Amino acid sequence: MAFLEVKNLHVEIEGKKILDGLTLSVDKGQVAAIMGPNGSGKSTLAYVLAGKSEYNVTEGDVMFNGQSILEMAPDERAAKGVFLAFQYPVEVPGVATMTFLRTALNAQRKTRGESELSTPEFMKLVRDTAGHLGISQEMLRRAVNVGFSGGEKKRNEILQMAVLQPKLAVLDETDSGLDIDALKTVADGVNRMRSPDRSMVVITHYQRLLNYIVPDVVHVLAKGRVVKSGGKELALELEAKGYAQFQGEAA
Amino acid sequence: MNAEVRAIKTPAEQALNAAYAGARAKLPGKGAIADLRDAAFQRFDAAGLPHRRIEDWKYTDLRALMREAKSLAEPAKAKGKVPALPGLTTDRIAVVNGRYEQAWSNFKPGSGVELGDVFAFAADQKSYRLGEAPGRDDIAVALNTAFMTGGVALRVAKDVKVEKPIEIAHVFADGAAAAMYPRSVVVLEPGARLTIIESFNGPADVDYQVNSALELVIGEGAHVDHVTIGNDGSAALRISTLGLKVGAKAVYNGFTYTAGGAVVRNQVFARFDGEGTQASIGGATLLKGHQHVDNTLVINHAAGGCTSRERFRTVLDGESHGIFQGKIIVEPHAQKTDAKMASHALLLSDEAEAVNKPELEIFADDVQCGHGATAGALDSALKFYLMSRGISEHEAEALLIQAFVGEAIEEIAHEGIREALLNAAAKWLATRGQ
Repeated sequence: MAFLEVKNLHVEIEGKKILDGLTLSVDKGQVAAIMGPNGSGKSTLAYVLAGKSEYNVTEGDVMFNGQSILEMAPDERAAKGVFLAFQYPVEVPGVATMTFLRTALNAQRKTRGESELSTPEFMKLVRDTAGHLGISQEMLRRAVNVGFSGGEKKRNEILQMAVLQPKLAVLDETDSGLDIDALKTVADGVNRMRSPDRSMVVITHYQRLLNYIVPDVVHVLAKGRVVKSGGKELALELEAKGYAQFQGEAA
Repeated sequence: MNAEVRAIKTPAEQALNAAYAGARAKLPGKGAIADLRDAAFQRFDAAGLPHRRIEDWKYTDLRALMREAKSLAEPAKAKGKVPALPGLTTDRIAVVNGRYEQAWSNFKPGSGVELGDVFAFAADQKSYRLGEAPGRDDIAVALNTAFMTGGVALRVAKDVKVEKPIEIAHVFADGAAAAMYPRSVVVLEPGARLTIIESFNGPADVDYQVNSALELVIGEGAHVDHVTIGNDGSAALRISTLGLKVGAKAVYNGFTYTAGGAVVRNQVFARFDGEGTQASIGGATLLKGHQHVDNTLVINHAAGGCTSRERFRTVLDGESHGIFQGKIIVEPHAQKTDAKMASHALLLSDEAEAVNKPELEIFADDVQCGHGATAGALDSALKFYLMSRGISEHEAEALLIQAFVGEAIEEIAHEGIREALLNAAAKWLATRGQ
């Protein structure tokens, strides 16, 4: 069975239907790209996987690692290994990045019945990862994302992912707002985490990111459902022809 | 219909009248002090307890909140201990049941720091007369002046810098409810420096009453860090007034932490008399249950070129009420005034109520003044972000509340006090329902 199985998912927000029978499966170790035009439901899918409460699931199910996760609170899903890298990471005034990382990691470990990481172990883990991503000690002392540039916020998302070591990483338009150097740094951070035990869902509007994070499969989303699936070459085809060919199909 | 209606006196007002008639001859201080008391009591008697139709007391209707006036507290019978915040050591001056108690204190006056009874100070003082500080028209201050039973006078001599914080610890130490009226004066001569703490403590479930007043006189170029810690018992009613008279080029950093008490009003009346003074007045208030806490400020820029910053944060749980009233007055000649005020309330329950009332009265034309106020619940987007990382809802809320309050407490300069209050706030959070 697939590691992530989205079955006939129907989702509304404030009475407006966004996902309309979305079906998708991602195997263990697979990197799946989700591409689609604006308003196709890409970010909604990301939020529903992470458990944002404003979204109302009216039909269908989401199975992760053999279990339905729709009834689980966001923190329970995180402890099971679900991670969402936000398109727009939130600023958290008054909470130092280091404190945040540590609280999150220990909370997850506690939920899983594991012991807390010792201070030296934790410091080493964060320092090594932060170094790869070009995140300074000074940034780690600052409040989460407060005063960070767009690129710094995205790198901070990848840092959190690397520290938390999820089983399923959902990257929501991680490329948006990044210049080419920042994009490479972020993509390197993601690629270092590719593993046969970890699945990734890479959501993007543009093919550009997929030059750096090369997907195993590409799914095209339009009007709230998957309308086409294929290999990585599908992304290039979309780049050349645009999304117009799918706009009418699902209507 | 147009005839002036004299309201019938409430039981509390009647009790205060009877108490004053009975105590007048026995209260300490003769001559000028006795005259001061009589004049103050007449002011109270004419006005009665302040109520909701008096603008300054609109949100803290004392006539309704103070159903009865407790009898005057007797001196403490046995020596006891002053409750202290964990991790904070101070040179302590204990004011127990409204009277200075040397036996409860560990402060030893040293070179350049004088300590005495407030009435002895008032009797031989030439340069400062008791009751001169701003706020004397306030009715709560009038009641304090009428009934003041004791307190201390502290004087820091010119250019003397006091290293260790001095604490005036107000304690109510009786099993049965009574009222205490402490009055203290702290004078900093020019160039002096002091960190002063005022703390308020008393037993839980005893509905004791406190009406305290502190006159703080800051000389030219002097520097005061002042922290008030309100940890009253759960049934206490307390009104505390700070009358602040600040000279030129002085620095005043005040901070008020309130977590205890059933009904509390902290009022600050400040006046900047000389140019180039910098004042920062902040506060953190943590409320739950049916607590009612009011922070009221009147900041008078009577001289130009002064900077004032007011920053208050209130967390409200349960069915609590939190009030912030801040008035900045800029007098006509007080040009180049720079005054900013902000009050933020965080509502943790649907039944809690926050009132923010900032006011600016500006009579000068070359000034920078502003205010901001917010009231709202915890940001659900922030909560979701934290929870999506595996942090439980309860812990995410605690982290966000701690951050909200922490940003206010972080402004306290003294590290020991800052840490002690951050810990006190964390402890308060830990007692929130799971």
